[in-house]
Amino acid sequence: MHTPGRDLFLFAEDEHRLAAVLERLCEEAKARAAFLVDQNGRLIAASGDTVGLDTTALASLVAGSMAATGSLARLIGERAFSGLFHEGERSHLYITVVTEGLILVVSFDRGSSPGLVRFRVRRASEDIGQAFAEITGRTAGWQAELAQITDEDIENLLSS
Amino acid sequence: MSFINYAAREINCKLVYYGPGLGGKTTNLQQIYARIDPRSKGKLISLATKTERTLFFDFLPLDLGTVRGFKTRFHLYTVPGQVFYDASRKLILKGADGVVFVADSQVERMEANLESLENLESNLAEQGQGLDGMPHVMQYNKRDLLNIVSLPDLQAALNTRNAAWCEACAPKGIGVFETLKAAAKLVLIDLKKKVGG
Repeated sequence: MHTPGRDLFLFAEDEHRLAAVLERLCEEAKARAAFLVDQNGRLIAASGDTVGLDTTALASLVAGSMAATGSLARLIGERAFSGLFHEGERSHLYITVVTEGLILVVSFDRGSSPGLVRFRVRRASEDIGQAFAEITGRTAGWQAELAQITDEDIENLLSS
Repeated sequence: MSFINYAAREINCKLVYYGPGLGGKTTNLQQIYARIDPRSKGKLISLATKTERTLFFDFLPLDLGTVRGFKTRFHLYTVPGQVFYDASRKLILKGADGVVFVADSQVERMEANLESLENLESNLAEQGQGLDGMPHVMQYNKRDLLNIVSLPDLQAALNTRNAAWCEACAPKGIGVFETLKAAAKLVLIDLKKKVGG
């Protein structure tokens, strides 16, 4: 479980691991693309056909939408709603919270169906949840590179 | 909560513009969007009412450059200022790495400024945070108007923690980038501190 307020560090091997799960999900669910977004609207990993898609905007809007949905659930006495399904004419989105702080988005069209997507998401969620728990459960000790940033570096970055 | 992506060599930070309704938060983002190099910005998204009041949030992703091989990406958000949108404000404030408080300098808006500042502190407290531990900048907006509070009075009323501050006239872009840079700097220094630098 990701502790809210804690910084999140993602390494190349983490990204590959998450992307591999998303890739398999896309294949099995016959989906166009799949994304992982954190609760603050930042894209963590993506797989599938993302060409021409503004994934930064998508991540922010998905997080906003899920945050509002969560609040709605609590208003009517539910702990959470398990998923959100957006149906368009040609494209659809299925959005669900995988684990605290992490949202899974699946984009699909008429080549798949909501039932198939939901079914495949269930298995992928377990794999993603486990991977994310390991990623966020790591202890510090690998932040040396960031610690080398000096006040002067920051000043120079913002002076232009 | 910063997100550091070693794979993409990116530092991602969230900066939230807070303040009373009609104070100029959205105008700040619009001015940044209008004036910054197109290569450094993403799409400006505004979830607004039909009368262009912020309903949920405005969002602008920005690249501020590279530091020690890391791209610094800032996600700028505004909250809706109107009092009754507090639930939305709480959602947007979650995970913020820094806050810009956009105060309206007009005399008749001082009460709204104080109310909004109190609301910010109370919403941060609900998340187990406080303004003391949150990198923040005070922006005194609308300095070009006639009926405004003096700078010492604004400072005394709103900036009791002696945070960094800027005067601004957001529709003309004055003070907008100074505020952004001051806030970004504080956020990055705070991040560096947190990772032990």
